[in-house]
Amino acid sequence: MIRFLFRRLATMAVTLVIISALVFFIIKLPPGDYLSNLIYELRAQNDSAAIAKAEFLIKQYGLDRPPWEQYLIWIGAMPGPNGFSGLLQGDWGWSFEYDKPVVDVIGDALWLTLLVNLAAVIFIHVVSIPIAIYSATRQYSIGDYLATFIGYIGLATPSFLLALILLYYLNRWFGISIGGLYDSRFAGEPWTWEKIQSFLAHLIVPTIVIGLAGTAAMIRRMRANLLDELGKQYYVTAKAKGLGPTKALLKYPFRMSLNPFIADIGNLLPNLVSGSVLVSLVLSLPTVGPILLSALKNQDQFLAGFILMFVAVLTVVGMLISDILLAWIDPRIRMGGAR
Amino acid sequence: MNTLLPRARHYVDPAPFDPGATEPTGAENESFYRASSWQLMWWKFRRHKVALAAAFVLLAFYLMVPFVEVIAPYNQTKRNGDFLYAPPQRIHLMHEGRLIGPFVYPYEFTFDLETFRRVYTVDPSKPQSIRFFCRGDPYEFWGIWQTNIHLFCPPEDGTLFILGTDRLGRDLFSRIVYGARISLTIGLIGIAVSFTLGLFFGGLAGYLGGWVDHVIQRMIELLRSLPELPLWLALSAALPPNWSPVLVFFGITIILGLLDWPGLARAVRSKLLALREEDFVKAAELMGASKKRIIARHLIPNFMSHLIASATLSIPSMILGETALSFLGLGLRPPVTSWGVLLNEAQNLAAVQLHPWLLFPMVPVIIVVLAFNFMGDGLRDAADPYH
Repeated sequence: MIRFLFRRLATMAVTLVIISALVFFIIKLPPGDYLSNLIYELRAQNDSAAIAKAEFLIKQYGLDRPPWEQYLIWIGAMPGPNGFSGLLQGDWGWSFEYDKPVVDVIGDALWLTLLVNLAAVIFIHVVSIPIAIYSATRQYSIGDYLATFIGYIGLATPSFLLALILLYYLNRWFGISIGGLYDSRFAGEPWTWEKIQSFLAHLIVPTIVIGLAGTAAMIRRMRANLLDELGKQYYVTAKAKGLGPTKALLKYPFRMSLNPFIADIGNLLPNLVSGSVLVSLVLSLPTVGPILLSALKNQDQFLAGFILMFVAVLTVVGMLISDILLAWIDPRIRMGGAR
Repeated sequence: MNTLLPRARHYVDPAPFDPGATEPTGAENESFYRASSWQLMWWKFRRHKVALAAAFVLLAFYLMVPFVEVIAPYNQTKRNGDFLYAPPQRIHLMHEGRLIGPFVYPYEFTFDLETFRRVYTVDPSKPQSIRFFCRGDPYEFWGIWQTNIHLFCPPEDGTLFILGTDRLGRDLFSRIVYGARISLTIGLIGIAVSFTLGLFFGGLAGYLGGWVDHVIQRMIELLRSLPELPLWLALSAALPPNWSPVLVFFGITIILGLLDWPGLARAVRSKLLALREEDFVKAAELMGASKKRIIARHLIPNFMSHLIASATLSIPSMILGETALSFLGLGLRPPVTSWGVLLNEAQNLAAVQLHPWLLFPMVPVIIVVLAFNFMGDGLRDAADPYH
């Protein structure tokens, strides 16, 4: 197990290095950058003090150096103008647009992004396991067809359109606004019980919207797995020997069918994070989504780079957790991996 | 029977030999044995009623693409300055108890000084008939013929806003029809890009094996572990703002295809590896078929059907990707009209509350995406006709 863990961590480190290079390449793709654009603008206004400040920032962040040096400085593998200070050292850079350190710009948004995605994962599991068991044990019943049908709709309806529809109808029928994180009257107030309630109420819709597609996919897969297992002889034997239906189900086939279920978290997470970015934009949730969009539009490179890195790390770490869980549950995987 | 048999030492029946009589195969069975695998797939697909219906829906949508100018009653850029944010006009058939064919009642508007909105009211005394195969806004058909014939047009000195108008008074229905051209083709071009990349990398990995396979597999895993949308956002933000709309269109398509190929490549690779071990390949080898013949006659047709099925299943994600990017303002830009560009106007809640018909472009998006999913499922089932 320890060998498996070690190998898996090493793979993850390599993956993260490649991802960071990819992210850096992408944020450097657009011609020009925020500061040089700013300097052009300031030249036109002849504002020499501001130009001097911008040029100082360029020097400060080593933006006058060749790209590969900039990359190494950014991740903290090479001393920049102020020594080693990059992602590895926990320095996330400077946001030029906000004129603040990146930490201050997205500090809260990071937690909220984590929270929303975690809530969605929990939602998916809590909802799809019982539905899948129901429709597998009562195959071809009305409930099964209904679950399959809703699953199809959930798979095919794009989450951001669903968010828009809900935004419109909830507002129209119940007069509640589900945009934002909490009711606007709580803005700037301390965290009271009422504010927390409003916060939780606002979290429900994004969680459902983000989780729906994943739920549909999970139900489909889990149902197929369970149906495979239910036809096997050990289950028939268990029932023939007089084990009650619930116990027979939960003790053997259910545990078997859970296996691919955990493995699937890895496939699920990238979609989930994508969905949460998009849905946050529609519902104006203060997650990293809206910040990323504006940072990309303004070429605020350290901010955009850090957010891209963050969402990538989120999925990669999520996959690591699902792999470890899987290896813990299923010895075949940790043994089979030792080729 | 027994008494009839030993008639001669070597009896030959003078009647012509009919193999069907000794081994009874009904007409159905016989055609089953003779059918090519493509035919079998078609038969199997045909049994899947929902998939078949979805295929017809898609056919209807795609048949519309070359003729959008004829189908749309207005030009996509035609502004009706007097009818900003006009709600959808209802089409009636009966006027005062008499059937007079499809017609609309004309709009009149007053300006509400409290809310600063135009309030539209219909005048039910003057029915205006919709014209068919008529002359309306001029356009250049396929860039060759200058003409102005439309399938149906607004009445003389009247208006026909089936789905209302937007903030510039442009007819939403016409714009959705025009948008279909971009939104539907972007899925096909994107899938062509990702199909080529997937075939190339997957084929390379499956055919060469060894370290090439290893590297490509790691690459696939890496790309699959990244969330697509933030990368799409970043890449499309990198498209130079001075590009022409056509270039942006191709740029976006390539970006969509660029991140989509890992799934296909993985399918190609595993199919290649699995098929190499199949009995029929061994049989062909034993019979002395050349490698070229095995690949061309046995391998490719076998996994082509699977690939087409999985490609069909990934077209919706392309269409949705374009819609999402344009919706966020990072994808296609006006004057190019796509469903995503149209939805961009529905981005803020105020607009949606006051003018809910602006959300209508999502209906064709959902229909097309659902149809592709159903058809892809049917194709996937049909891709294995012998099971």
